[in-house]
Amino acid sequence: MVGYALWRFVLLRDVVAFRRMWWLFLSGFVEPVFYLFSIGIGLGALVQTVTTDQGMVVSYAAFVAPAMLAASAMNGAIADTTYNFFFKLRFAKTYDTMLATPARPWDIAVGEILWSLIRGGTYSAIFFLVALVMGFVESWWAVLAIPAALLIGAAFAAMGMWATTYMTSWKDFEFINLVIQPMFLFSATFFPLSVYPEALQWLVRLMPLYHGVEIQRGLLLGDVHWGLLVSAAYLAGLAGLGLWGASRRISQLLLT
Amino acid sequence: MTDTVLLTARDLTKRFGDFTAVDGIDVEVHKGESFGFLGPNGAGKSSTMRMIGGVSPVTSGELSIFGLDPATHGPQIRARLGNCPQKDLLDEELSVQENLWVYGRFFGLSRKEVRERATELLEFAQLSERRGDKVEPLSGGMKRRLVIARSLINNPELLLLDEPTTGLDPQARHVLWDRLFRLKRQGVTLIITTHYMDEAEQLCDRLVVMDKGRIAAEGSPRDLIVRYSTREVVEVRFDTDDHSAHADSLGGIGERMEVLPDRILLYADDGDAAGSAVHSRELAPLSVLVRRSTLEDVFLHLTGRTLVD
Ligand SMILES: Nc1ncnc2c1ncn2[C@@H]1O[C@H](COP(=O)(O)OP(=O)(O)OP(=O)(O)O)[C@@H](O)[C@H]1O
Ligand SMILES: [Mg+2]
Repeated sequence: MVGYALWRFVLLRDVVAFRRMWWLFLSGFVEPVFYLFSIGIGLGALVQTVTTDQGMVVSYAAFVAPAMLAASAMNGAIADTTYNFFFKLRFAKTYDTMLATPARPWDIAVGEILWSLIRGGTYSAIFFLVALVMGFVESWWAVLAIPAALLIGAAFAAMGMWATTYMTSWKDFEFINLVIQPMFLFSATFFPLSVYPEALQWLVRLMPLYHGVEIQRGLLLGDVHWGLLVSAAYLAGLAGLGLWGASRRISQLLLT
Repeated sequence: MTDTVLLTARDLTKRFGDFTAVDGIDVEVHKGESFGFLGPNGAGKSSTMRMIGGVSPVTSGELSIFGLDPATHGPQIRARLGNCPQKDLLDEELSVQENLWVYGRFFGLSRKEVRERATELLEFAQLSERRGDKVEPLSGGMKRRLVIARSLINNPELLLLDEPTTGLDPQARHVLWDRLFRLKRQGVTLIITTHYMDEAEQLCDRLVVMDKGRIAAEGSPRDLIVRYSTREVVEVRFDTDDHSAHADSLGGIGERMEVLPDRILLYADDGDAAGSAVHSRELAPLSVLVRRSTLEDVFLHLTGRTLVD
């Protein structure tokens, strides 16, 4: 059969290219680790305990650690499918060449999202080990933390990729920062949702990262409830939507 | 050679917004043939090639390659094509041989197969010594050869070459022509675009002259010369900035005259006789050159313009 799962070779291309730049791996996970140390531990010395939205009382660092795990999954995913994807799409023309083979736009979107998940997943795994060693993992549910990080990564990778197809210059990436920065700060990362007024709480509930944080916090603190399935479904829905949109746009942009 | 039709285009049209790049062309290419699109910049050659290559949707009209419609069977068609686009798009994050390996995998070749094929093709492209190098520092001609080698990785039945020799030095060009002849003998069908008349004459069994999205003429290189030119041409140059002033003084020599900014062309079946006639008028030209007529003359006659390289 012609063209069976050709996304495998999009992924292969990235692996081959990346062998020369393995040190780039380092950069992606240090940021959340820094946050964990500076805010989690520094601020934790002042705040000591927090009551989660589920009513659990935990140390501040243990409260922040799952959120940083979710954020590391997000950062890892969007690093590849925004900046790197944009470069390959608009400048290196990597995909024009691939589309002359039996590959389809869908293969490109799937391959690149999977690659971003390999990178992002690695960051999450390293971060998870740091959190484990430091004693912030309180439950066996945490074995699901890495799969959950991949789900978070998939949602951000796919949506980030879709958004990137609309960008025409590097300046446009400001829009991504404009979305990511507030999301990082407000998604119940550093404070429980209950500190916000009702109206704002609803806004926060729309943020994909909020759902990622909820899932990781539930898993790491062992505070698992049915609401987490809704969060997971929300993220899976975004992943599917982004993948659909990105494939369509790649086709519009390159098959002219 | 069996006479199977490999490609059919009927009233094939490509529009970009309001602009019509390909304006209802009819083309038929047979198996084993080497077919050319000849035309100046902007004629619509690449736009046509991209539709044939299944990377550009047809605006209207019909297109069928291997009996398949690219709109519905794009991957099946592309699997059997070799595609050498006009621009050398190589993956600069990969080495020379990795460019071939990765590309080949998309055609369903195994790891082992792509490695064997790549070794052969690097030999073919005279790039074996550079196989582990980065792509970026290669010369323009080397990059071109690598793109051509890449387009052959899947042993294509139909090879699309969009200006294959642009950027190659004369020697590399002749080597490439030789390689293309060999492929043709192996039964590969070639579709080539070019601005170079000598290339079209060398490589194409049959060609169409394209201008402004339309086909101006079709035939074998010989046919076209016979139909639209004379056997020989006399090129006369004067020491002047305005050759049109000399046009009258050459009246009546040969069958037809073209006045260009830098020379006057006299079309005649007997070039030597026409040349003698020019000398006998004692006009003191700078030079009088008799040559065989080429596709350049055909193009000039059909469009009133020269093809610029
Ligand atoms: N993607 C596009 N969007 C808009 N216009 C385009 C696009 N591609 C080609 N054109 C226009 O279509 C016309 C034909 O272009 P095309 O590239 O097919 O010509 P060509 O015969 O290959 O020329 P050249 O010899 O310079 O390569 C040109 O006027 C070009 O500007
Ligand atoms: Mg062209």
